[in-house]
Amino acid sequence: MRALILVGGYGTRLRPLTLSTPKPLVEFCNKALLLHQLEALRQAGVSHVVLAVSYMSEALEAAMREQEQRLGIRISLSHEKEPLGTAGPLALARDLLAEDGEPFFVLNSDVICEFPFAALARFHRHHGGEGSLAVTRVEEPAKYGVVVSEPETGRICRFVEKPRVFVSNKINAGLYIFSPGILRRIQLRPTSIEKEIFPAMAQDGQLYAMELQGFWMDIGQPKDFLTGMCMYLQALRAQHPERLHSGPGIVGNVLVDPSAKIGANCIIGPNVTIGAGVVVEDGVRIKRCTVLKGARIRSHSWLESCIVGWSCSVGQWVRMENVTVLGEDVIVNDELYLNGANVLPHKSIAESVPEPRIIM
Amino acid sequence: MLKAVILIGGPQKGTRFRPLSFEVPKPLFPVAGVPMVQHHIEACAKVPGMKEILLMGFYQPHEALGRFLVSAQQEFKIPIRYLQEYAALGTGGGIYHFRDQILSGGPEAFFVLNADVCSEFPLQEMLDFWQQHGNVHSFVMLGTTANRTQALNYGCIVANTDTHEVLHYVEKPSTFVSEIINCGIYLFTPAIFQHIGDVFQRNQQELVLCPYLGEESSNGWLRAEVIRLEQDVFTALAGSGKLYVYKTDGFWSQIKSAGSAIYASRLYLNQYSQCHPERLAQNKPGGPIIRGNVYIHPTASVDSTAVDHTCVLNTIVGWDSTIGRWARVEGTPSDPNPNDPYAKIDSETLFRDGRLTPSITILGCSVTIPAEVVILNSIVLPHKELSRSYKNQIIL
Repeated sequence: MRALILVGGYGTRLRPLTLSTPKPLVEFCNKALLLHQLEALRQAGVSHVVLAVSYMSEALEAAMREQEQRLGIRISLSHEKEPLGTAGPLALARDLLAEDGEPFFVLNSDVICEFPFAALARFHRHHGGEGSLAVTRVEEPAKYGVVVSEPETGRICRFVEKPRVFVSNKINAGLYIFSPGILRRIQLRPTSIEKEIFPAMAQDGQLYAMELQGFWMDIGQPKDFLTGMCMYLQALRAQHPERLHSGPGIVGNVLVDPSAKIGANCIIGPNVTIGAGVVVEDGVRIKRCTVLKGARIRSHSWLESCIVGWSCSVGQWVRMENVTVLGEDVIVNDELYLNGANVLPHKSIAESVPEPRIIM
Repeated sequence: MLKAVILIGGPQKGTRFRPLSFEVPKPLFPVAGVPMVQHHIEACAKVPGMKEILLMGFYQPHEALGRFLVSAQQEFKIPIRYLQEYAALGTGGGIYHFRDQILSGGPEAFFVLNADVCSEFPLQEMLDFWQQHGNVHSFVMLGTTANRTQALNYGCIVANTDTHEVLHYVEKPSTFVSEIINCGIYLFTPAIFQHIGDVFQRNQQELVLCPYLGEESSNGWLRAEVIRLEQDVFTALAGSGKLYVYKTDGFWSQIKSAGSAIYASRLYLNQYSQCHPERLAQNKPGGPIIRGNVYIHPTASVDSTAVDHTCVLNTIVGWDSTIGRWARVEGTPSDPNPNDPYAKIDSETLFRDGRLTPSITILGCSVTIPAEVVILNSIVLPHKELSRSYKNQIIL
């Protein structure tokens, strides 16, 4: 089987991290986002994955080559020179996708969940319609595409993108499987799959919804990245508790790369991810954070709800909270207070940021 | 023979110093490890010929004040008495009321010092200056230089550059008059009482001329006795050939707000390295790392495990307060511009545009700060137990 991953462009919502690295390669819970998806696809029997990108990146190409070898699947790049929206890229990659006449998966690159690709494929073949999408229940559906479907069959009656009044609390999870016939509906021009293609398919009774089990999150922005991390670690506790870290000073779900070092008298967790080569000095308290590769957190600091970028250096007695995000190679001087600071790469911070703002 | 009078005010004065002044009268609040007025007393006791120090104010007899007087007398070996004004009589009214006490023993001159200033106290130099330039009928005021904008917040002195005679004096003018400001430290001779007496007579006459309806005569008497040295006496003496200014470049600062107590502390700690090196903490193996000038009271214990990863900056932590681990307690310093040698500490109002002005964080006595919170630019009243973070607030 084949799959198309809508990678898109610059990943601007996840800046400043995406100023240094293309979004699919940002490590989520110590594994590149793309890799979470590729591994799940391979497990479901996918042998060829197409990445639909609008911005070519050498780093991404190099990573693709590496994963091809490692996972033993074929990875192609479909590069849109002008923006094609969320449906157009399917038309662009039509030859690659429809080649073997089998249904193919399509997924948004920002989505993290317990990928149910095998179940989705079974569901799709069972109803025989043109398309199936995974749906999940959320508390605030107005931010997403809302789905109204028949409870027995899952056939979708209505599809409303970002409704202004409450319609339903089930939303489009961004995971689809389509029969090649759908490609007849999509032309090679900027097209929104949610606003143009899906409503038409729903009208024709060709679109079905399968409810997703387990957690789901769109981690395209830092706040949601951290929420998604908490959910992922919780699922890991249920399914592979041996992968989580334990020991003195470790509280709750904590993921630590084997090459990381944690000092004495620290309290780490709950919900913390520590990347490769990270050094956490003595007396540090970290809660609900992601610390990316090579960063150093110096002693007596206190971090809550932060993302610390690659190779950062956080000084002593620093307090960081409220979704503070440090881009790559940021230095934070001793004794500072960062509240909701969004710091661009290679910046040196010498003054506290008491109220949320962006530091360029 | 010399005497000194230290004006210490009373509970209704110095309210900008709250909540620090809730536990202890402001003049006894420790600055650089030692009660505020002790710095004054120490400077006065050093002047040869000083025979008595009088503290003057309208605080009720107070246990802390009493104990302080006893211990100060023992330490400095000089009689120290507290004269309680029956009401707030102003900077001139008090000394006028107690003029007999001040003049008993026949001092040729006496210093008058405001308690809420921090200074190098160049008293001997003022004395020498008086002996050179003045006579029994002349008085000396200590002055220092401020920058043009800040000078408006003080008493401004215009003086003859050669003779140093004060030609003009205005208290807190609204337009620029002079950069030389009044430090609140004076050297008077007994002749001053003649001038204060004149003011008193004038006040009484005014009352006779315009009695206010419904005012009791006792209140009327009180108002005549309220005399301010600055507005009532100095303004009149300027240009009369009797008032002189001795300018100093030594350190000087007012201590009006809690924030200024930290700045004054720094100035005195700096002075300790020359005059009292034994008061400064030294780096000892196994002890806390001391950076810069630090005073640690002999009974305090600074223990690395007890302090537990907290970060305390620009804060006054009241007696018996506790701060939980990984907590951050931080204020905003209101220090004068270090690039301007004549800049003075700002006396900011508590609120500006409806919001609390960022300033030193103050924890009153017995305040409990839980672990892992942040307290920023806030004032916490005594005996409060906090349960969460606070920023830019007054917590009652």
